Amino acid sequence: MRYYLRKLGFFVLTLWAVVTINFLIPRVQPGDPAEIMVQRLAGKNAQLDQAQVQAMRDLLGTPTGSLGSQYVQYLGQLLRGDLGLSYNYYPFEVTRVIGQAFWWTVVLVTVVQVLSFVVGILLGAFAAWKRNGRFDTTVTLVSTFLGTLQPFWIALLLIYGLGYSLGWFATSGGYEQSTPGFNGAFLYDAVSHAFLPALTLMIVTPIGWILGMRNTMIMNLSEDYIKLAKAKGLPDRVVALRYAARNALLPSVTGFALALGGVLGGTILVETVFDYPGLGRLMGEAVGLKDYPLLQALMLLTAVATLVANLVADLLYGVLDPRVRRSQA
Amino acid sequence: MTVVGADPMAESAPEQTGEQVSAAERPEAWWSVVWSSKKARVGVVVVGLYVLIALLAPLIAPHAPTDGSFVPLEPPSGAHLLGTNVGGQDVFSQLVYGSRVSLLVGLLGGTLATVIALVVGLVAGYAEGTVVDDVLSFVTNVALVIPVLPLIITLVAYSEVRGIGLIVGVIAITSWAGAARGKRAQIITLRNRDFVTAARFSGDGPLRIIFAEIMPNMTSLVAAAFVGAATGAIGAEAGLAVLGLGSSDAVSWGTILYQADAAGAVSQGLFAWVFVPGLVLAVLITAMSFINFGVDLLSNPHLREG
Repeated sequence: MRYYLRKLGFFVLTLWAVVTINFLIPRVQPGDPAEIMVQRLAGKNAQLDQAQVQAMRDLLGTPTGSLGSQYVQYLGQLLRGDLGLSYNYYPFEVTRVIGQAFWWTVVLVTVVQVLSFVVGILLGAFAAWKRNGRFDTTVTLVSTFLGTLQPFWIALLLIYGLGYSLGWFATSGGYEQSTPGFNGAFLYDAVSHAFLPALTLMIVTPIGWILGMRNTMIMNLSEDYIKLAKAKGLPDRVVALRYAARNALLPSVTGFALALGGVLGGTILVETVFDYPGLGRLMGEAVGLKDYPLLQALMLLTAVATLVANLVADLLYGVLDPRVRRSQA
Repeated sequence: MTVVGADPMAESAPEQTGEQVSAAERPEAWWSVVWSSKKARVGVVVVGLYVLIALLAPLIAPHAPTDGSFVPLEPPSGAHLLGTNVGGQDVFSQLVYGSRVSLLVGLLGGTLATVIALVVGLVAGYAEGTVVDDVLSFVTNVALVIPVLPLIITLVAYSEVRGIGLIVGVIAITSWAGAARGKRAQIITLRNRDFVTAARFSGDGPLRIIFAEIMPNMTSLVAAAFVGAATGAIGAEAGLAVLGLGSSDAVSWGTILYQADAAGAVSQGLFAWVFVPGLVLAVLITAMSFINFGVDLLSNPHLREG
């Protein structure tokens, strides 16, 4: 029980820290968003009209008062799920803008992560079982090399090769002709647009699983229970999968939850390059247009998603592996 | 064990018996250990080449990176090896000068992140179990779970002027946490060694013990953390630049890729403009991870060849 309480306590404290950091970032930086907006509308060299700036502040709902009262106000808004109005999509609320992009990223990333996990675990387990063989050497070398490539660069190369030169796949956007909805035409359209972003991520994401699984599995293979299983005359397949791989999988379970939580971080650049209508591109857009409320909300969403995934992974790990619970309690 | 604190290997190596002491007293110098790995050798040579190119950039590059006096969007030719960009600048010259930015960001970002990680990790580990440790460990854990790239993007997006200094600083303060946790674990195993106890009894303060007595025993871990942090910083700088958040005062490989993407280089068939900057970046990062194979030999003697 103490294990779970500790993890829950850490979650709450970290959540508070993240929210506070998110509150402080715009406030420690110089520059007033309202002034920047007015400046942009008026042109670079125009005189700043204070009345206009004040009007803009009212329009944007820029908070006033001392830092302390702003903080209280900010926390209150967060609790009500009010993340402010987007500058770029004014007068829409940030939450609404995010809601439209949310599913694009979630579906793309979930599919990629599940596939990567399965592929990575299988390749890693097999490489460890055939340690130092030709298969193992190839997999390890190729993974190490691919791991040093920048995903956005892979994306550009795929756009060039499979998109423009061969013309096999759509290279930007999420759909083209069809209307969004649950119908065959749209699904086909969406899948063909999602193919290249998914392929880009599929080149990079399994690598961590492959190398991680290979290492844990190699460690497990030298344990006594494996020797016992082999001595009992169990078939190789059973020893490899039911004994070694099953135990080596444990650390990967938590890693998987974390990967799902870190969804946004990994896709920002890829989505931007492909102009894919998800959260990552939204963040790239918010950066370019200085849409601060949207940017902050996305940052907060990513952090909270990661924290929740972390908590779930920790709790799950405690259930799956009682040793962890005991040693940390 | 005779001289303590001077030799990183003696502490991590298994206990030596009497007969072997003479051999164990003269451990291989760290550079010859790193050099003994074939991969690390390749890595060192390649990184050395990059450093040379960066230093000699004005001699190698045929034009100034900001010289926009050429015909825009030219394909590669004898006059412009990689063609020209929208602004009529020579892409090859930009590429050569860009190596300066990447190496500088790697060097400074890696150093700064390593210093932060060292201070936080060592102090927390030395004070294990006290309030100091609790606070530092909490901060480390928070920094570890906050997703780095979105945080870097948010921090950089707010600033109007984006110099290399800002980018290096932001990358460093967001990416030290993993290494700090490693250092904390390491110092806990070193903290109760005899030489530390001896230093404590002779009246040394905790800071002197941590940084003058214990830290020299962690050279390999520090080196590995530095190479890792430098590699991460180079990648992060390129990523920021691709989003249009690159330094406003210098051309980097990331800003070249950003310009290429924005100009639709791919759809105009200007393949080299996109391909080469990413390739030189990938080769540099591969070379640096190769060096880390050699550095790993320092901390884990079991891995040494022969």
